[in-house]
Amino acid sequence: MAEPAVSVQRVTHRYGDHVALCDVTFDVEAGSFFGLLGPNGGGKTTLFRILSTLLRPTEGTAAVFGADTARAPHAVRRKLGVIFQQPALDDELTVSENLRIHGALYGLGKRDLTRRIGTLLERFGLEKRARDRVKALSGGLQRRVDLARGLLHSPRLLLLDEPTTGLDPVARRSFWDALEPLRRDEGATIIVATHLLDEADACDRIGILDRGRLVALGSPEALKAELGDATLWLSADDPRALAESIRARLGFEARVIGAQVQVRHPDPPAILPALYETFGDALKSATVRTPTLEDVFMVHAGHALDEAAHGETLPA
Amino acid sequence: MTALTALWKREIIKFVRDRSRIIGALGQPLGFWLLLGFGFQGTFRMPSNGDAAVGYMEFLFPGVIAMVLLFTALFSTISIVEERKSGFLQAALVAPTSRLSLVLGATLGGATLALLQAALFLFLLPLSGLHPTPLGLVILVGVCALIGISFTALGVLFAWRMETTRGFHAVMNLVLLPMWLLSGAVFPLTGVPAPLRWVMTLNPVTYGVSALRQSLYWPASAPDASAPLGLSIAVSAVFAALILYLTARAVRRPLFGD
Repeated sequence: MAEPAVSVQRVTHRYGDHVALCDVTFDVEAGSFFGLLGPNGGGKTTLFRILSTLLRPTEGTAAVFGADTARAPHAVRRKLGVIFQQPALDDELTVSENLRIHGALYGLGKRDLTRRIGTLLERFGLEKRARDRVKALSGGLQRRVDLARGLLHSPRLLLLDEPTTGLDPVARRSFWDALEPLRRDEGATIIVATHLLDEADACDRIGILDRGRLVALGSPEALKAELGDATLWLSADDPRALAESIRARLGFEARVIGAQVQVRHPDPPAILPALYETFGDALKSATVRTPTLEDVFMVHAGHALDEAAHGETLPA
Repeated sequence: MTALTALWKREIIKFVRDRSRIIGALGQPLGFWLLLGFGFQGTFRMPSNGDAAVGYMEFLFPGVIAMVLLFTALFSTISIVEERKSGFLQAALVAPTSRLSLVLGATLGGATLALLQAALFLFLLPLSGLHPTPLGLVILVGVCALIGISFTALGVLFAWRMETTRGFHAVMNLVLLPMWLLSGAVFPLTGVPAPLRWVMTLNPVTYGVSALRQSLYWPASAPDASAPLGLSIAVSAVFAALILYLTARAVRRPLFGD
């Protein structure tokens, strides 16, 4: 098998007593589009800091194309483009001034840099804005300039940390469209951290991070298929009591996730009459649906994606 | 363009485009000079004797140049604290540029700004009663550069571990202001009580101010200076080298605590 773009082996990270990552292991195949899905505070940013050499893991190792991020950070940095949650641009500088400064940080020569800036601005539809100050651009355009910044040195691996935060759906769509040729034509590997289900759904493979643990790993299709053709979700005033009596009286596997009860059964529609017969008024609603990534998340994490992850916050 | 010149240029462009910073950086020292100068002019008697006695405005002038340098230099690094979260700093740190050139780029940028501000302030020389020689001015500029470099590097050192700009302002008030007040900039070393004199003798800024003062009178010896020119420059240079060394060492540590 070819060398993986990223190999994370048993990485644990602690900020003081707080465990931000716990025994995380996964590989990302070169040329693939990998998503890290999880709520804020799940450990995505910590993992990104480790991959981008800004933080050394407390335990375990992370490697980018074979180079250890803690022991050979310089070799990693050459291969890496990083887009942070906040654009790394100076508002008062023009688009092209910003890009030239970052190109210089990567040691790009003047001629190469001029050509590369021209190519990227054209690709992202920014060629007319090169002389505008960044503060004059909309949030969506700033994101695209920042993306151009991260791509100046043609990195083999691109890390995107919640890159569409604060963008409206149209701007989000066009951000991802702008990335498409990079994967198709340049064979770059992309890792995106996101808490948005549709962004995760577009990935080749995803890892689900919750409270520092990697609770699921696989392609979105495979993860959804694991849950069967359909999932059954019940809501009730007292979900705990309902789950307990479903187990006791009907013998189905039932568990409380968030405010709902999930019942595992190969053919959910078939058991609906039995459920209503047995529990009647105690059931406020029953939903049968094709599994979504949200279901995948809830089943593996044991709580809903938008539920605050128990007030955990990430130290700066 | 190398990484170092790019970072240097960035500091300059950002400063030039921010008009409020320019006005603040010039207005504050001008205000200090005029208010303190006129306020003390009539009452403050210099310890220097007879014909060499200088007026307070003249005495304060090199002290205010030092103030311009200290505050412009250190303030230029506040952006490092601001950029921790906004991304530029992180982006620079994940680039394959050595930490040393990041530090030197930021330091030379801040030092250049300090030097430019000090140069602007020199336009007030005719009002000060001082008549430096051309060579004296050359020495003055060199000393300004040394002080600018020391205090920008010191700013980087503080800013590296600081998470809020509030903390940075606290450092400015608790460290920089006393250092300036006790440097022979506002009152001379001679005639203060012994314990205070010791503090002032150990304060590196004392030698910077003294070097500025001496160069304004060069080749004559300056009245009420704390130390001879040679010693003043030597101490300032050693201080600059020490701070640069400490800063270069500090930034080798990761940006985020392990």
